[in-house]
Amino acid sequence: MLTFISKRILEAIPTLLILITVSFFLMHSAPGSPFSSERTLPPEVLANINAKYHLDEPVINQYFYYLGGLLQGDLGPSFRYKDFTINELIAQSFPVSAEIGIWSFLVALLVGVGCGIVAALKQNSWLDYSVMGFANLGIVLPNFVLAPLCILFFSIYNHWLPPGGWNGGAWPYLVMPVIAMSTSYIAQIARITRGSMIETMHSNFIRTARAKGLPQHRIIFHHALRPAMLPVLSYLGPAFVGIVTGSVIVDVYFGTGGIGQHFINGALNRDYSMVMGVTILVGALTILFNAIVDILYAVIDPKIRY
Amino acid sequence: MNKTLLATALITASFASMQLHAAEVPAGVKLADKQELVRGGGSEPSTMDPQKMEGTPASIRSKDLFEGLYNQDGDGNQIPGVAKSYDVNADNTQYTFHLRQDAKWSNGDPVTAEDFVYAFTRSVDPALASPYAWFMEIPSIVNASKIIAGEADPSTLGVKAVDDHTFQVTLERPVPYFVKMTSHQNMFPVPKKVVEKWGDDWTKPEHMVSNGAYKMDEWIVNEKMVFSRNKNYWNDEKTIINKVTYLPIESPNAELKRFQAGQIDLTYELPNDHYKQLLRDMPDEVVVTPKLGTYYYQFNTTKAPYNDVRVRKALSYAIDRNVITKFVTGTGELPAYSFTPEVVNDFSPATPEYATWTQKERNERAKALLEEAGYTQSNPLSFSLLYNTNENHKKIAIAIASMWKKTLGVTVTLENQEWKTYLETKKHQQFDVARAGWIGDYNEASTMLDLLTTTHGNNDGKYSNTEYDKLLHDARTMQQPAENYNKAEEVAIEQDMAVAPIYQYTEKRLVKSYLGGYMPNPEDNVYARDMYIIKH
Repeated sequence: MLTFISKRILEAIPTLLILITVSFFLMHSAPGSPFSSERTLPPEVLANINAKYHLDEPVINQYFYYLGGLLQGDLGPSFRYKDFTINELIAQSFPVSAEIGIWSFLVALLVGVGCGIVAALKQNSWLDYSVMGFANLGIVLPNFVLAPLCILFFSIYNHWLPPGGWNGGAWPYLVMPVIAMSTSYIAQIARITRGSMIETMHSNFIRTARAKGLPQHRIIFHHALRPAMLPVLSYLGPAFVGIVTGSVIVDVYFGTGGIGQHFINGALNRDYSMVMGVTILVGALTILFNAIVDILYAVIDPKIRY
Repeated sequence: MNKTLLATALITASFASMQLHAAEVPAGVKLADKQELVRGGGSEPSTMDPQKMEGTPASIRSKDLFEGLYNQDGDGNQIPGVAKSYDVNADNTQYTFHLRQDAKWSNGDPVTAEDFVYAFTRSVDPALASPYAWFMEIPSIVNASKIIAGEADPSTLGVKAVDDHTFQVTLERPVPYFVKMTSHQNMFPVPKKVVEKWGDDWTKPEHMVSNGAYKMDEWIVNEKMVFSRNKNYWNDEKTIINKVTYLPIESPNAELKRFQAGQIDLTYELPNDHYKQLLRDMPDEVVVTPKLGTYYYQFNTTKAPYNDVRVRKALSYAIDRNVITKFVTGTGELPAYSFTPEVVNDFSPATPEYATWTQKERNERAKALLEEAGYTQSNPLSFSLLYNTNENHKKIAIAIASMWKKTLGVTVTLENQEWKTYLETKKHQQFDVARAGWIGDYNEASTMLDLLTTTHGNNDGKYSNTEYDKLLHDARTMQQPAENYNKAEEVAIEQDMAVAPIYQYTEKRLVKSYLGGYMPNPEDNVYARDMYIIKH
């Protein structure tokens, strides 16, 4: 196992380097500069700004400047938020998204897996239809619809929760972002769990267990659940990364200050270093969580060994 | 009296008797116990350093944190800020500002003329690379252009601290409206000692020192910016709001929801699609005021057939501006026939002749002109109309394209580009006709009209007329430039139709009925220190 983990870490380095290189040159090939604005700057002012940020040098030089900074843990200055470095911005916003994400992930996992199992065990019953109807609703109701609906219900009509803000993560500020963030994941997890559980429950070893007269709960928890969770686990790795790196909609609607907004704004503002910063963050997390999923696979399924 | 003083005819503009800013609560109004204001702040500002700022979100916040030489009242008139009064010499080239003795920074230090010298100098210093450095070139402060271009040392800028409380600015040419520019954030003072101590980090809440009615307590990017009263502000006694929170919310719909839920007292904008419903549901809270700006279509005059005035006029005449403002935008905008909006100070643009015609007459004239230019049903004109991604721009483009199709048989391809790409495309004249808009930087007609001069950096249509350029150039030295401005409008719009003005912008906000003292002006210079929360 240790060899496997070391191998994954070593593999991650060239993968990240390729990701950084491709993203860097793609970003710099987009039309417009970080400093183009409606009020065209006089050429001499633009030249001053470009010189300050090395934008007057060939892209390849800029790439090596960037790599040099990166090796020292410096993600560079923000081209858009001039009073902050990317390290500061990510340090400020990522914990917010991570907190919303972890809560959303736990809710999605518990509710999603629970709903999926119930639906599978009561296949084609009213309970199955209700649960899966709810799951489908979660998929067709994207969070840009759900977020304003939440505010309407919880804040405008009932004044139960504040309509936005973060306030250091106090729970009233957390509830709606978690609902908006977790719903679609609940739906996906429930669907995958149901499908996998039905398949497992129809397999030969379950039939054998039943023939032996094992009680239903023992069949479910001791025999069916582990193999049924493998497809869910495959989904959870990338889903976890997606969920903890935030959502633009959640950030915009609830004003949480999470990292989600930086994804889109970084690209739209041609904030090169911001785009690179979030790309590296997401890339590193994706590699890390895929590795964790692989390890968990081995733990759950003894047939898989590395 | 010495010779210099004798030689210089000093005009003293004393504002001592004028009403100063700060909240004026009408008699009988009971104030709420909690005086805390929450404002929608648009997008997150890119910086809170006055000399690095650009864009409205930063500008509105800066008005609470800093104070320049002059402020503006609800009508956009200049009222004293850090300067109590000013003297100007006879030919409008030397302005001497007398600073109030009691102006202080939030750390208790006095605000001195040296702080202004430092701020003005850093604004043009290439080392700072201020995106608004050009703003200092407009009034032609001595050597500003040379310093920006790196041809002169920043210390040679035409600014001087005569003594601690006398600040002097010398201009290369007479600029009668210079004082109007001093309420712009680029000319706000910054605390030299603090900036030098902390460098780029001086704007962090733990370091920032400001001279406005408020100081910064908290700044969490994309969540909030919180200000509290600056007890050292010279007029703090008359300030009522204790705490101001700005919420950076880019989506007008999200902002509306938070307003409806009672979290925001004053929005940054309102969603156009909800305007009529909001007017019905909460008429007292919808506030629409004129803004110093014009929405227009730009012709690329570097290529045929847009270099043909007949084509430009035909396309402009065929736009039914009343339909656009009534049914497409529909949020109180005024149809624009001249380039300068009516709200501009000290100038009322004359009504061009085509504005007096009926739309039917304009359409007929448009058809005739296009035919004259060689475009008929058998040889129809077709071109692309460029606009940046935005639902409102799209709606306007669709409406105008259909007007052109119906009236002139013109085929228009709509070309939508994302913001930065759109800017690049326009800058390199890779368009036929493009959507554009311009919001003035100071309340004087030249802030609009300069845009159509040959060398202006935002004249993307490359309109050029030597007569127009001369009129604007001469206007700079005139005490009463309105005549030249009207002639300029006549040349650029009535005669040449350099661009097609469409509508005059408005500022649209939701304001809680319990918020008093909100006084929007054409430049949107609104100060929290003027406001108060009424008991509700």
